[in-house]
Amino acid sequence: MPLTHLEPSPEQIEQEKIYRTMGLTEAEYQEVRRLLGRKPNYTETGLFSVMWSEHCSYKTSKPLLRLFPTSGSRVLQGPGEGAGIIDIGDGQAVVFKIESHNHPSAIEPYQGAATGVGGIIRDVFSMGARPVALLDSLRFGDLNNPRVRYLFEEVVSGIAGYGNCIGIPTVGGELQFDNCYNGNPLVNAMCVGIMNHEDIQVGQARGIGNTVMYVGASTGRDGINGATFASEEISEKSDEKRSAVQVGDPFMEKLLVEACLELTKHEALVGIQDMGAAGLVSSASEMAAKAGVGIHMNLDLIPQRETNMTPYEMMLSESQERMLIVIKKGNEEEIQAIFARWGLHAVAVGEVIEEEVLRLEHRGKIVAEVPSDALASAPVRHMPSKIPAEYTENQSAPNWVPEIKDYAGTIKKLLAQPTLASKEWVTRQYDYMVQTNTVVAPGSDAAVIRVRGTKKGLAMTTDCNAKYLALDPKEGGKIAVAEAARNIVCSGGIPLGITDCLNFGSPEKPEVFWEMEESVKGMAEACKALETPVISGNVSLYNETDREAIDPTPVVGMVGLVENLDYVTTASFKREGDAVYVIGKAAQEFGASALQILTEGKAGGKAPALDLALEKKRQAQVLEAIKAGYVSSAHDLSEGGLAAAIADSVFGTAFGADLHFNTDPAAELFSETQSRFIVSVPEASRKAFEAAVDDAVFAGRVTRGELITIDFASETVTLNRPELEKEWRGALSCIMSAEN
Amino acid sequence: MKTAVIVFPGSNCDQDMYYAIKDGLGEEVEYVWHAETSLDGFDAVMIPGGFSYGDYLRSGAIARFAGIMPAVIKAAGEGKPVLGVCNGFQILLEAGLLPGAMLKNKHLKFICETVNLKVENNHTLFTSLYKQDEMIRIPIAHGEGNYYCDDETLQELKNEHRIIFTYNGENPNGSRADIAGIMNKAGNVLGMMPHPERAADALLGSDDGLRLFQSILNHWRESAHAAYTS
Repeated sequence: MPLTHLEPSPEQIEQEKIYRTMGLTEAEYQEVRRLLGRKPNYTETGLFSVMWSEHCSYKTSKPLLRLFPTSGSRVLQGPGEGAGIIDIGDGQAVVFKIESHNHPSAIEPYQGAATGVGGIIRDVFSMGARPVALLDSLRFGDLNNPRVRYLFEEVVSGIAGYGNCIGIPTVGGELQFDNCYNGNPLVNAMCVGIMNHEDIQVGQARGIGNTVMYVGASTGRDGINGATFASEEISEKSDEKRSAVQVGDPFMEKLLVEACLELTKHEALVGIQDMGAAGLVSSASEMAAKAGVGIHMNLDLIPQRETNMTPYEMMLSESQERMLIVIKKGNEEEIQAIFARWGLHAVAVGEVIEEEVLRLEHRGKIVAEVPSDALASAPVRHMPSKIPAEYTENQSAPNWVPEIKDYAGTIKKLLAQPTLASKEWVTRQYDYMVQTNTVVAPGSDAAVIRVRGTKKGLAMTTDCNAKYLALDPKEGGKIAVAEAARNIVCSGGIPLGITDCLNFGSPEKPEVFWEMEESVKGMAEACKALETPVISGNVSLYNETDREAIDPTPVVGMVGLVENLDYVTTASFKREGDAVYVIGKAAQEFGASALQILTEGKAGGKAPALDLALEKKRQAQVLEAIKAGYVSSAHDLSEGGLAAAIADSVFGTAFGADLHFNTDPAAELFSETQSRFIVSVPEASRKAFEAAVDDAVFAGRVTRGELITIDFASETVTLNRPELEKEWRGALSCIMSAEN
Repeated sequence: MKTAVIVFPGSNCDQDMYYAIKDGLGEEVEYVWHAETSLDGFDAVMIPGGFSYGDYLRSGAIARFAGIMPAVIKAAGEGKPVLGVCNGFQILLEAGLLPGAMLKNKHLKFICETVNLKVENNHTLFTSLYKQDEMIRIPIAHGEGNYYCDDETLQELKNEHRIIFTYNGENPNGSRADIAGIMNKAGNVLGMMPHPERAADALLGSDDGLRLFQSILNHWRESAHAAYTS
């Protein structure tokens, strides 16, 4: 027998304030009582506690998310469904979303990361799209710390283990290291899918009398309360919550993808939704609430892999690789046949009812009955915000200017920093080629995959320099969006839209909430200016260890359309003798620069400023020059400034460079002034290129050979490519092969 | 030439193989589900990469019991070209169509990169369009590609020129004698860890793999012609 008789009574829950240990506040509990008109029982309290957690309800961030532009002429589906959808012409669309799995990865890194990948894939194919690419945006602490190395190694293995098996190429992402992530790594996974317009699905339970079916893996006790856990800070006690981390089975998910994509072609399908965070309760209540109906579900019919599970456990389990679908009544057998071919369950567990309630039956009794929309409408919390003292100090601090004696040595040190070093140690563990569409592999500005059967491609990237946001969240938020767009443009694509993953500390701290507000304002402003609406996203709060919040890290995932694969451009120099241009002048902007962090050990002062009008103009001009065929290589200047960008342009090639500047060497090489690019242009196209791009300054030539010479009035910097490349390429694997 | 691409539930390079043959080679190709029992009417059989049944036990260990495997063994016995790539190679080893076994990569990590291969024997139906000792660029993507066999088998493979491809330069997985691909005695079954189907389109970086499929096609044309005239 399930041990339901041991569960506390509604009276006990109220008197002993058991709801508080389940994650509901006093005010929230009272609201639940009001909505039900009675005291909730244990199962019902559990349903509300997960559905009203920050992770599921966005109760704190909702007022901010409204600031994002979410519509546009190409947007077919904005936020609110499994993933957003954008038109890419020819009756096709691109579907994408990013999601965090930070908390599980901090406790059980392999499974935490693996199930993060699994969850985001389900969000994409639940829309009817075939997943075609994965990206992972990762942040870890100091690699000198053995625990951090363990987390890093296992997270990468977990991503590889899941993505490689399921056969979706992991084509890009980013990887940064900073002490603020020591106990709380960030693992944000993004999935991109392609579909035809007519196959678009929604997670809605329409049609009274229709059948609710459960498909995929069985339900176990894993991951119970995962969503609540994700809405708390990580502490020493978190290790006890290991059972709140789910276990992934990529083979099962592969079967589920194929079966569900077959299903989406079937006219009996009404609605489909992933059982992700908060499992059955979220999928059932959201599908019912969105359609303005109710669902009656018989829990005895739920496929279970453990004995004697209680309704509470079944509803809150986060077992992986499960979906809830609604089909037209009478088609159950046909649907079961589709899933049987893939060896999967497809079980009718309930029906759509007129009364707008989620009603759960278990062993002949109604064990829970709550209004469907009540679970989906947590009371919004308006948090106080306050400007942090550090921000004010940084804004008024004197401008930091480096003193550099050894330029070549500084560049070498900079490129060996884990954040700037080659990410090959990671990317070679990912199958980035499966599906044979990867035109630009990891390592350039954006990855590009072709859309098979067309001339088109999709460019994709994730970006966020949290150090800028730590100094100035608004400016940093703008930069995150602009830099993503710059990466897309450099690859030959038109930025289409973004998905965002807002990683912050505890919103209950007014300073953290202020950072959230400012970041979102900055991002929204940039999204409007660059015409890249937000079509999906995720919020991850309470990223703290021992009460220290992470730097504000709102990761931007962006997808662009390459109209013709002939436009695809990479960062690498292509030809000896090509002219090298630097677009945009460097100012003395060193706040939060890679150089400042290298030499000072921390960021301070003002973050680089961003002029969105200038950014937009330059991006448009660079893209036009690329499309006209004037450009051999294009690369944006970001962390590490021009020095790092020059290195990126020659690494992996047989070329060097001979460059001349009449500017200040420190600023020219290391300043992180925004909206800058380095491009190489064949001699024959120089005139046309100069006419097309306003702020391009001729800097020299691509040479054949090993030497990079950068000549200034006061200084000549000479670098040996193979030597520099060896340091850059070997840095991460050298650290990771250190003894624990 | 009509080619079968075997699809196990966890195959994930089945489509890549299909398109390499359909678009790269321009020949007829069909998917064959693992639960089927016949390959009659096909001229060549491809076992693609992936994780056939999840491969949580040992790669290919369960796949060898699939319904289609007797038909694969029959096709091999009839002299039809049978190509196993990556997981397909692992399955051919488990099914006993090729000798040896596969271990985890020496560094224990999955590796995905384009490697240099040396064509050790171009007198085969799979490699006739390559030059002897030619260097080609083909991607690998595997966690268990560390080929192992005993001394006797290795000697036999060497004596009979059945080592078809070796890794040139750094051996990525620790395989014995740098082996990347081997053939059966009869010369019609090839297993290889590198993915020729991923190198069938210059847009994606290399089309060095295409000649492997073209070699199979040439062989089929010649033998069909021979059959017609005899």
